[in-house]
Amino acid sequence: MAREQQAAQTLFRLSGVSCAGCVNKIESAVQGVAGVQDARINLADKTLKVQGAAAPQSCIEAVRQAGYDAEVAKSSERQRREEQRAQEERHYHQLLWRSAIALGVGLPLMAWGLITDKMSVNSFADQLAWGVMGLITLAILVFCGGQFFSGAWKALRHHSATMDTLVALGTGTAWLFSMLVVLVPHLLPEAARHVYFEASAMIIGLISLGQALEVRARGRTSAAVEKLLELQDTSARVLRDGKEVDLPIEQVQAGDQLRVRPGEKIPVDGMVLEGGSLVDESMLTGEPVPVKKGEGDNLAAGTLNKNGSLLFRAEKVGADTRLAQIIEMVKNAQGSRVPIARLADKISAIFVPVVMIIAVVAALVWFNLGPDPRAAHMLVVLTSVLIIACPCALGLATPMSVMVGVGKGAEYGVLVRNGKALQQSCNLDVLVVDKTGTLTEGSPRLTDIESEGDSDELLRLLASLEQGSEHPLAEAVVTAAHEKKLDLQKPSDFEAITAHGVMGVISGKKILLGNSKLMQRENIPLGDWKARANNLAEAGRTVMYAAVDGVMQGIIAVADPIRDDAAAAIARLRKLGLRLEMLTGDNQASAEAVARHLKIDKVHAELLPEDKERIVAQLQKDGARVGMVGDGINDAPALARADVGFAIGAGTDVAIESADVTLMRSSLHGVANAVELSRATLGNIKQNLFGAFIYNTLGIPIAAGVLFPLTGMLLSPIVAGAAMALSSLTVVSNANRLRFFKPSEVH
Amino acid sequence: MIATLVNTIGVLLIIAIIWWFWLGPRRGAAKTVAVSEQLQIVVKDGVYEPDHIRLPSGHAATLHFLREDPSPCSEWVIFPDLEISAELALNKETTVEIPAAKPGKYPFSCQMQMYRGTLTLE
Repeated sequence: MAREQQAAQTLFRLSGVSCAGCVNKIESAVQGVAGVQDARINLADKTLKVQGAAAPQSCIEAVRQAGYDAEVAKSSERQRREEQRAQEERHYHQLLWRSAIALGVGLPLMAWGLITDKMSVNSFADQLAWGVMGLITLAILVFCGGQFFSGAWKALRHHSATMDTLVALGTGTAWLFSMLVVLVPHLLPEAARHVYFEASAMIIGLISLGQALEVRARGRTSAAVEKLLELQDTSARVLRDGKEVDLPIEQVQAGDQLRVRPGEKIPVDGMVLEGGSLVDESMLTGEPVPVKKGEGDNLAAGTLNKNGSLLFRAEKVGADTRLAQIIEMVKNAQGSRVPIARLADKISAIFVPVVMIIAVVAALVWFNLGPDPRAAHMLVVLTSVLIIACPCALGLATPMSVMVGVGKGAEYGVLVRNGKALQQSCNLDVLVVDKTGTLTEGSPRLTDIESEGDSDELLRLLASLEQGSEHPLAEAVVTAAHEKKLDLQKPSDFEAITAHGVMGVISGKKILLGNSKLMQRENIPLGDWKARANNLAEAGRTVMYAAVDGVMQGIIAVADPIRDDAAAAIARLRKLGLRLEMLTGDNQASAEAVARHLKIDKVHAELLPEDKERIVAQLQKDGARVGMVGDGINDAPALARADVGFAIGAGTDVAIESADVTLMRSSLHGVANAVELSRATLGNIKQNLFGAFIYNTLGIPIAAGVLFPLTGMLLSPIVAGAAMALSSLTVVSNANRLRFFKPSEVH
Repeated sequence: MIATLVNTIGVLLIIAIIWWFWLGPRRGAAKTVAVSEQLQIVVKDGVYEPDHIRLPSGHAATLHFLREDPSPCSEWVIFPDLEISAELALNKETTVEIPAAKPGKYPFSCQMQMYRGTLTLE
């Protein structure tokens, strides 16, 4: 129901609307249009939402008649993003301007102070000159730093203190003290008649510059989502009344038939109706080899059609496409916090008021115990401590790295659900791997056929017989015969004997296919076939005996083949320090054969789904941090129990919803990529936290003057301002280094 | 004389800071809404307004954030205990879905932890 409503909803952007009075006028005008069920205006973003089947043009006409203007808003995520970018750009330029103006006043003033050393008020002329300078600086504080003061005031009223509070207090104190010197110099001792107007202007300028650079650097951290958004096409070629029409993507509905030509992007999720082509899914799955798509295959929005034309039916559109879900998930995960941030969070929460107290205490110490000029020293210490102490860098340390890390993962087909999963993936001890479909391809294949005579003829007979069987192994035999293009016949007198095998008559010959029990039952001696069968069974294959007219003719072996890249991926995971254990419902012999081949440490075979969860729980009880890899649906309980569940290959909605980490490709390399990414991200977070902690823990004492006995100098508030501006920038830039992360092996 | 004055001001300032930020009563800012009501939280000048929101527990709810603050810190709002985060569009309303959750206090903040608020489910 909700979805139907959404489909019939049109968003308009209004112009000329400025007051609440206009709202009623437009709403009632539009409600009069035939087919409109509801019309709502949002005054904040000047949009009109119309529900119902009315034609957009009629609604626009109604708005025009009411004296305003409207246009259909393309409210796609991409559009929104572009607007956001434009606004960010404006903010960036605004900050640059503010910085330039403030530094334009502050720098010459500072140069004057350094060159002439005449920054004191000793005469009426000084009072006058510095008074004018004070007013100019006041203008700088109001126009370039106004937002710090309004923010500080608002936060103060809410009993909270922010970075604005520190900046406003620092610069405000410097200015007020200087103004006091200008107005009543005679009240102060001669040595303390120094003005600090340049400090106020410089601090505002430097912090604005730092913020501008931060806005720039931050823009880059979310590049991953932007890349994903760019995968979404803006229009689609839809078949309407036998014609192909280009429509905006928002108007495509589930059930529509769409055409994609070579070189075009698939606009929505769907199923191929006609045609065949190679589709490059690398942007979504990280899989570099294009996948062959034909009738009945699924297509995903955002993937690239390479060489053929495809007609397909739209199945999921808009926010339901897998790409949209991925974007949503990446965005959500990017904003989540990692457990390691907890301490930093706690510190940030109480930091500002604590710093204010430290600043006052330090100022009082200097005033009471410090050398002359005490008042000047007190002011420098107070201002410097306030300015240098901003905990922004501390607050940014983790979210910036998580943002880049999660985005980077998406690029390699590793979807991390939240920051917690990202952190936990880095220190796993054991990786428990489901066999079928993860280490192996998941569908049995005929691997060996040994016969007395023509093996193709034997295969033809056996496949003809197995056509009637529903056993999964039968499918492997039939598929192998199809691949060899053998002509199959229908069997007569077909019989499936439970737990034994099958028998039937083909071209007058009685064919038997089954295990040794079947042959015993039919009194057919196995001869030396038994030894050959045992060899194959030891290699992990399921062996069946074949007899024609009561005589053994050969054996066939079926196995679920190991994935091409499984051995390399396992070797990589072992190198990363993980112990590997295999879980499978399959028999012990096959499981052990696979484990031997892949060098897996331990095997748990013949399990039921609930056993898998129990094994994970047992490992955890023994103190191990357990990662579980499975294909998402039957392994769900174990995936949920594990410290980190990796849903592999599925990429289905369920897996995306439920797993901690979803790997878009069916390869264990994805797990190795995820572990490497997680370690890189955690390393980055630790660097950031270290940087931010060091900066605050060293910065505050230095600003408070602990180095004074050694250097004879106090930290200038200007240096404190520059350091503060640099701190956040350093953290954001360091987080951006993660963008260069590459897994140790790219497949 | 001046020394006493300065020291007294300093000590009073410390007491005022402790009282204002930690001990003092918090007035007025809380806002209680029914689930059906639309609650708009304006993000401006370094604060969420209202910054204390009360909602009945056990029901899903939607919060409407209107970000008027271009500062990049305000770009995200994070409810760490509810595992919710949302990117707030500038000068546009962004809805944040709050799932049905147990009664309790759920703090929310911007990425830098400078903008802070509390959601109380009761």
